[in-house]
Amino acid sequence: MPQMTLIQAINDALKTEMRRDPTVIVMGEDVGVNGGVFRATEGLYQEFGPDRAIDTPLAESGIVGTAIGMALNGLKPVAEIQFDGFLPPAFDQIVSHAARIRWRSRGRYHVPIVIRVPYGGGIRALEHHSEAPEAYYVHTPGLKVVIPSNPYDAKGLLIAAIRDPDPVIFFEPKRLYRAFRQEVPEGDYIVPIGKASVVREGTDVTVISWGAMVRICLQAIEQLEGVSVELIDLRTLAPLDIETILSSVAKTGRAVIVQEAPRTCSLASELTALITERLLLQLQAPVVRVTGYDTHIPYLTMEQYYLPDAGRVRKGIEKVLSF
Amino acid sequence: MATKATLQRESLVPFIQILGPDGMANPNDVVELGLKPHDFKALYRWMVLARTFDERALALQRQGRLGTYAPLLGQEAAQVGSAYALKPEDWVFPSYREHVVLAMRGQSWVQLLTYWGGNEEGNRIPEGIRNFMISVPIATQILHATGAAWAAKLKGEKSCAIVYFGDGATSEGDFHEGLNFAGVFKVPVVFFCQNNQYAISVPRTRQTASETIAQKALAYGFEGVQVDGNDVFAVYKVTKDALEKAREGGGPTLIEAVTYRLTHHTTADDWTRYRPAEEVEMWKQKDPIKRLRLYLEKQGLWSEQDEAKLVEEAKAEIAQAVAQYEALPKRDIEDIFQYMYAEMPWNLKEQLQELKEYLAEHGGDLPKE
Ligand SMILES: Cc1ncc(C[n+]2csc(CCOP(=O)(O)OP(=O)(O)O)c2C)c(N)n1
Ligand SMILES: [Mg+2]
Repeated sequence: MPQMTLIQAINDALKTEMRRDPTVIVMGEDVGVNGGVFRATEGLYQEFGPDRAIDTPLAESGIVGTAIGMALNGLKPVAEIQFDGFLPPAFDQIVSHAARIRWRSRGRYHVPIVIRVPYGGGIRALEHHSEAPEAYYVHTPGLKVVIPSNPYDAKGLLIAAIRDPDPVIFFEPKRLYRAFRQEVPEGDYIVPIGKASVVREGTDVTVISWGAMVRICLQAIEQLEGVSVELIDLRTLAPLDIETILSSVAKTGRAVIVQEAPRTCSLASELTALITERLLLQLQAPVVRVTGYDTHIPYLTMEQYYLPDAGRVRKGIEKVLSF
Repeated sequence: MATKATLQRESLVPFIQILGPDGMANPNDVVELGLKPHDFKALYRWMVLARTFDERALALQRQGRLGTYAPLLGQEAAQVGSAYALKPEDWVFPSYREHVVLAMRGQSWVQLLTYWGGNEEGNRIPEGIRNFMISVPIATQILHATGAAWAAKLKGEKSCAIVYFGDGATSEGDFHEGLNFAGVFKVPVVFFCQNNQYAISVPRTRQTASETIAQKALAYGFEGVQVDGNDVFAVYKVTKDALEKAREGGGPTLIEAVTYRLTHHTTADDWTRYRPAEEVEMWKQKDPIKRLRLYLEKQGLWSEQDEAKLVEEAKAEIAQAVAQYEALPKRDIEDIFQYMYAEMPWNLKEQLQELKEYLAEHGGDLPKE
């Protein structure tokens, strides 16, 4: 089995689906000739031509809005928004239309688009290139939100997202693009949307995370001695895999949620609410949130102080254990 | 009578050039600029400083001493010529490539390095300088400039705003909305598009099927003009005219400065992936700095010694800025939480405390993992 980085796995997923299904196209800024600023779409222009690997004008609302129209008329667009910080111009098309067309049309129309977005901090980039905006999209009814943490899942989830009949926001933790390699099967397979993965089984505490923070959590867990930690990688943020989450926390009685996004009104807030609503009497301690702060992510000289690191995750685990 | 074919070739907007690539200019056109030899030398000096800064910043980035950087190589005349026409009371709304514009308006090179080094303090515009901060989301600043100029008009002030953006920016909705508002309300704003032929890898032809960018102004009910963006005289002239018109109540102008980005989009880019070397070579022949130097030499205003002296001075000025930049004090952790609101709310106070305690547990800094 070939060893791939996360970015290669994304590229492989796109190629696999484009070969299988002629209605799949990719579109976005610099995705054609240049192969994408991160090389996610490398080689697609050469293999599938300019009508299926489309360099668009520089306009995010235009990209998503026309992708919606293409989807209504039988294509399956995979639109790339170049960075997390440039999703806002497309926000109107996403929340006012992509998320509502199935509902508004009473099921007559639906929007099978995927919006791929390099996500998150840790790459020493400029402002607006390091954001973690998942909460806006998880909060929006009608959208699915997916985020892989490793190459294997990235390929399987992206293929599943392309085949999904509803709009999927597909966040790609960009600091992991080239961080490590993993065995990734050739050809076609899916990782189902809506299923979390239990990365590590344990009995004392449940750590819930997603994206690049999963690796940070693993690092923290390896540093801890004498604690049995269960680590859940959500993989899909909407709809949540409530079963996996609740059965784990019911078992351990303790939960730590780790995210790089700001804390207030975040996915960590929602998870905390779900867990306390449904498991209050099984909890041994209040849920702990290890998160980015309620500020904008700093520029590169300070971003490492903002993003949770293994030490902060350890501290969160110790806190929930010592309650 | 013109045939259909010639009509099609006729441009809807004028194209202005004063100084050719060979350094030749029509003396009457030069007189009309209203500039003196010391102005010519000042323009030249700024362009050389711009390039010196650019080279140094690129080198620093390659050595890991600066973050991702957006070079201006090749666009010196478009920037220097336009900024030279501004008055201190005018507002400047930059994108991210106008290093020399900001410097000409009184921001220090150290401050620019501080920004590109990934320190928010690089955004702290000194009091009294009417510059706005670098705007990374493409085209968004076009609306801010329109609003600032509109306010000047509503308050009865004689100041204008100029906004810088690229060819790619003209595809964003904000570009159209900004121009439309400016046209409707006859706002004293100058839209300065540096058409450097590419938006990262995407060529200008992929941004618009329009023959020129300048002609887009016509549809919004105001004047558009194309100018040779590598000709510092012509750029100065069209910008000055547009600003004067705006000050007199004549409303907005769209200037399309036709130029070329001679190197990578940023240090994270590789231009060899999307354009032929011959194209870049062709544009190098139109170098904006060489052109003015040839002119100055022909006029007997510039010698080898002048050149050597200027190059030395520029290097020294930038070297001093680099030294100051690298001597900046280590930043305070509180910086992360500052300036979110006029007053820090409870959650930020708590989170700051949390971070301080965490660092204190590890000897004052992040644990080494
Ligand atoms: C809204 C938005 N989308 C995408 C980007 C990423 N991006 C940065 S620069 C750039 C190209 C800009 O081209 P142009 O407007 O021609 O300006 P130039 O860089 O050539 O000066 C892109 C797509 C961005 N900064 N903002
Ligand atoms: Mg450009």
